[in-house]
Amino acid sequence: MKSESLQARYTLNHPRWYRKRVSTYWWLQRWEYLRFVLREVSSVFIAFFVVTMLAQIYALSRGLEAYAELQNWLRNPFVVALNLISFLFVVFHSVTWFGLAARAVVVRVGGKRVPEILISGGHYAGWLVVSAILAWFLLGG
Amino acid sequence: MAETIQLEVARYSPESDAKPHFENFEVPYRKDWVVLDALNYIKDKKDGSLTFRWSCRMGICGSCGMLVNGEPKLTCATFLADYAPAPVRVEPLRNFPVVRDLVIAMTDFMHKLQKMKPWIIRKEEKALSEGEYLQTPEQLDVFKQYSMCINCMLCYAACPVYGLDPLFAGPAAIALAQRYNLDSRDEGAKERFPVLSQHDGIWGCTFVGDCTRVCPKNVDPAGAIQQYKLTAALEWVKSVLMPWGGK
Repeated sequence: MKSESLQARYTLNHPRWYRKRVSTYWWLQRWEYLRFVLREVSSVFIAFFVVTMLAQIYALSRGLEAYAELQNWLRNPFVVALNLISFLFVVFHSVTWFGLAARAVVVRVGGKRVPEILISGGHYAGWLVVSAILAWFLLGG
Repeated sequence: MAETIQLEVARYSPESDAKPHFENFEVPYRKDWVVLDALNYIKDKKDGSLTFRWSCRMGICGSCGMLVNGEPKLTCATFLADYAPAPVRVEPLRNFPVVRDLVIAMTDFMHKLQKMKPWIIRKEEKALSEGEYLQTPEQLDVFKQYSMCINCMLCYAACPVYGLDPLFAGPAAIALAQRYNLDSRDEGAKERFPVLSQHDGIWGCTFVGDCTRVCPKNVDPAGAIQQYKLTAALEWVKSVLMPWGGK
């Protein structure tokens, strides 16, 4: 039976179509796909950032000693490296996301669609404003 | 510059082959020749059994879509000069079953397209004597981009989601549903909503965005899908907040 199925057969109503399976490593085959997968993976690092921040707030609520202990753990070279990688992923996520948001958001003014560059520009402006406020707050302005 | 160029063409005969293989052809290199010209040269002069689809030769009919060096392209708009002197590899579109040589089976796409009801739906048709449905240039502008789709299926060949999940409705079908949803003359958005808003509709899309990159008509199907996700999410919020209204 098996050897027979290897033999090509052709019938009028059921032509033998060739179907190619998608490779498990499809996401490595093109830069566009890899960029997409990296963007998806970046969510893990963003979650790490959020959890770290929540841990900091929780430690603060438990007093200065608990906070100092957490700070100490954060100074561990392994955690610093992890934070650095996370930071790069967060920047990558934000930049690609702002690029995509411009395509998904349609704003019409006077019947004309607002150009994509203005939408993503607005996102960057918002990012800058929030970062400036946080920097001012954290650096004790 | 060499006077000839080599074409590596995927061949598959359902009668005799278990899987496709490549066959090399030497064709004249001419600056004004597109890949489709080279394929037609092969069919006329070298091997009449080479099978491929084509019709208009000017990027309107959408039938000559193939992979050129792995990239989904309309072969009537892809110049040999952009690849010369290196050989050009021509394959059938990715993610579709191959019928023969460079011809793919498009039945699945046709079914999906039909499910989207890509035509103007009216609750009540106007009588002919009442005249045409009028539209302002601004109203036309809202959907015109999506109406440029020529059903060439390059976006399906670029979409890894469609490759992995053949149930996914896919970029062009959703963009065309959106083309009618956004048309001021259409009243069928509610009929399309159940098909679009299911998992195999818009939510299957993970926004890889490659469909938009390969589209030869700048339709931006990825944008259309994300915009509809926003619409569907708002509909859902409305149905939760006002379950009694808007039916």
